[in-house]
Amino acid sequence: MKFGISVHEGPYTHQASDSAYFFCKAALEAGHEIFRVFFYHDGVNNGTNYATPPQDDRHIMNRWSELAKEHDLDLVVCVAAAQRRGIVDEGEQQRNGKEGKNIADGFRISGLGQLIEAGIEADRTIVFGD
Amino acid sequence: MSMLHIVNKSALDRNSLEACVNHTIKGATILMIEDAVYSAMKNTASSSMVEGAMKDVSVAVLGPDLKARGISEEKLIDGVTVVDYAGFVELTTKNDTVQSWL
Amino acid sequence: MADVKKFLYVNRKAPYGTIYAWESLEVVLIGAAFDQDVALAFIDDGVYQLVKGQDTKEIGMKNFSPTYSALGDYDINKIYVEKESLEARGLTIDDLQHLVWEDEDDDWAEKDSIKIVTASEMAEIMDQSEVVLSF
Repeated sequence: MKFGISVHEGPYTHQASDSAYFFCKAALEAGHEIFRVFFYHDGVNNGTNYATPPQDDRHIMNRWSELAKEHDLDLVVCVAAAQRRGIVDEGEQQRNGKEGKNIADGFRISGLGQLIEAGIEADRTIVFGD
Repeated sequence: MSMLHIVNKSALDRNSLEACVNHTIKGATILMIEDAVYSAMKNTASSSMVEGAMKDVSVAVLGPDLKARGISEEKLIDGVTVVDYAGFVELTTKNDTVQSWL
Repeated sequence: MADVKKFLYVNRKAPYGTIYAWESLEVVLIGAAFDQDVALAFIDDGVYQLVKGQDTKEIGMKNFSPTYSALGDYDINKIYVEKESLEARGLTIDDLQHLVWEDEDDDWAEKDSIKIVTASEMAEIMDQSEVVLSF
């Protein structure tokens, strides 16, 4: 079965991103496909590579990057939400004249249409938020 | 059609579980995750609401979230089933649609 | 994309205190381009989103409430507002914006977009939906 996942909260403050991660892992282990993980609202902050959590805590952002690498996942950060919150890729850096970029490996920035498309293409769409 | 309803807040903190219970139809399943697992316990101020709902719907609770919060299974309302993440995935595939009560 | 799915956007949060209402509306507007079967549900504090007379000048935020009246132009005309939620907040339909759409199959007659439904009717609407996006 194909899953579309939408993560609506950022890392650490809420459990939503952790729950979504463990759900994706379990779905993949059961042989299902994750069509896309979409990050919306503060969820876009899961896509930063500027975070340095303490060594004894989980690294939520890296965990997503690693899962994406291992399973060729499509991790999409909403552009409108990302612009509000300062998640920047190379394109956004150039367009908006920013000094650097901070999008983590395995994430890409795209439009809200990607969430709707996930809803259409996936057999089940599941929202993790607060 | 059958629907899986996911709730993630304690019923004593937010009204999402109550709202969910008021919008389930016979045959639906409610899965409590994150802080909603507290609402799967018996002898709380919200237990009777959950017990009432269980006449028509099944209630499941996410085991890893229970353990994290120090809730042993014997404290759960009778009839509540405990699932792991694999069971969570299975609930989403067994039901036709999924709604999260944020 | 030939498939047409039944999308339901569930709004349970009041505007301004958090961004969910506004960013939910942004999804609805973008989603309109995909020609899906779209409905919006307003329950609990979500009904506050549709209250008329919002003026955000003194809180420095954008007043996005006029955007709801544009939904009809995007062929979004199934806006379900829950009766019990209104009553619990001392509101009636007269406290809400008057949202309309033009029915091209009925000589462009202007029709109401908001339908007041009971909680059990809302439960049926949810049950019949295929993709439920909650905000």
